[in-house]
Amino acid sequence: MLLPLSAVAVRSMDGGLSGFWQAVSGPEARSALELTFLISLIVVAINALAGTLIAWVLVRDRFRGMGTVNAVIDLPFALPTIVAGLTLLALYGPRSPVRIDVSYARVGVAMALLFVTLPFVVRAVQPVLMELDRDMEDAAVSLGASGRQVFARIVLPNILPAILSGIALAFARAIGEFGSVVLISGNLPFKTEVASVFIFGRIESDNVTAAAAVSVVLLVASLLMLAAIGAAARWGGRHEL
Amino acid sequence: MSIEVTAVRKTFGDFVAVDGVTFAVRDGSLTALLGPSGSGKSTLLRLIAGLEAPDAGRVVIGGADRTDTPARNRDVGFVFQHYAPFKHMTVRDNVGFGLRIRKVPRDRIRARVAELLELVHLEGYADRYPSQLSGGQRQRMALARALAVEPRVLLLDEPFGALDATVRKELRAWLRRLHDEVHVTTIFVTHDQEEAMEVAEQIVVMNEGRIEQIGTPRDVYERPASEFVMGFVGPVTRVGDAAVRPHDLDVRTTPAAGAVEAMIERVVHLGFEVRLELVTGDGLPISAQITRQAAEELELRNGQIVYVRPNRLLRAVA
Repeated sequence: MLLPLSAVAVRSMDGGLSGFWQAVSGPEARSALELTFLISLIVVAINALAGTLIAWVLVRDRFRGMGTVNAVIDLPFALPTIVAGLTLLALYGPRSPVRIDVSYARVGVAMALLFVTLPFVVRAVQPVLMELDRDMEDAAVSLGASGRQVFARIVLPNILPAILSGIALAFARAIGEFGSVVLISGNLPFKTEVASVFIFGRIESDNVTAAAAVSVVLLVASLLMLAAIGAAARWGGRHEL
Repeated sequence: MSIEVTAVRKTFGDFVAVDGVTFAVRDGSLTALLGPSGSGKSTLLRLIAGLEAPDAGRVVIGGADRTDTPARNRDVGFVFQHYAPFKHMTVRDNVGFGLRIRKVPRDRIRARVAELLELVHLEGYADRYPSQLSGGQRQRMALARALAVEPRVLLLDEPFGALDATVRKELRAWLRRLHDEVHVTTIFVTHDQEEAMEVAEQIVVMNEGRIEQIGTPRDVYERPASEFVMGFVGPVTRVGDAAVRPHDLDVRTTPAAGAVEAMIERVVHLGFEVRLELVTGDGLPISAQITRQAAEELELRNGQIVYVRPNRLLRAVA
């Protein structure tokens, strides 16, 4: 695990610290990194909401076809990302059957990332919601709480660590996503080129140091997310009975 | 406040949980809903609280029909079987929850919470989390939380069910004293007849969604309304055709009018009492319970022939 990671880190330092800095702060690299982090943030925020909502419906509601919906949630996990990218291009590309063309646009990048990161929050929140003591909600109701108050004061505080953990996982995935993005984004520098595609491009043009430098930025961000997930789990379990 | 439940029915799919139940408890009383698991007693409690909606029937609290009042407006204090502590809140915030919902000023909440924690003997635990409390402490916290909003009635679902035997005994006596202090109309659910007898003034015996008998502890024990009640509230043994409590049998070593001859199979010493396992000439078992003193005077031993006669018969009233 650590060997390839340290190899990348060492490689990124080929030109010394200043070389590293130059590589990541070059206008194209910076633009790609900024775009990656910004879109990832937006996408993860949307999926935090949508994922929590879906988890809620899957746990609390009973409807026909629920099993299917539950299974389909995992599709982005199983689907090769390049296939996902191709599907998105076919559906929302220049020859879109629904006449929505988001190819070569940032919206397209966002759509791809929304697709691949959807399951993370759902799957993080779902088990916690299932385990949640329903009597707690009944107790709050009998003490006079409205449905909204029950959610805000009882349910949300108890599922928040799981939501945050799902967010961290989704974010880690989003910043490194390549396959689903590469086709629909068109990889226009300063417009739709994300960090992973930038890295790919640098390798292609034999600028390994720049590729490694940007990789290290992504790597550090991923490690931070990993730490955040651990912290969220500890925080979530702090008052377990 | 008084509670009147009239012809209440509740089904879950094909299962009839509560099947046309009618009963009333008067203001300030302490009532036990007693029955085996699946008898519908917990469902009935949830129906009174408004946590379930009945398929038919009315629930009247303090003279006002509350059948269609949502649970959050019923002013009913409910203590759940596993106490349902808000595990992400301190004891103080748990107890003050209902008051915060009612937008009571902060300093008043603080004062009231302190008062309640004293009442349930949890002073000094205000800043703890439920995970840092024992079972008995969690239960008392749940009780304080329910009492904080000054409910019209207090409902407790198996309040002692999850506790170990010694804590149970302590809490029973304590609940009894608390009721004398607070005087809020209280109904609690239990499957333990001893608990119901010890704590309640009135017992409602339930079986299969229906009420079998309503009465004082003494009533249901001595004058059971049905075979079911007879067997559920205490031990029953049969002498000939008569059903009798084992301690209502006279045991002697000489024949007497109306006495049945039996042989002692086993003498079981239970501390202050002695249980005799007897068998009649027809091979029917009889169980008798006598004092240790009586057993010593009779010098009872295994294989001995004795004569037993009921001194008080149990008869189903209905």
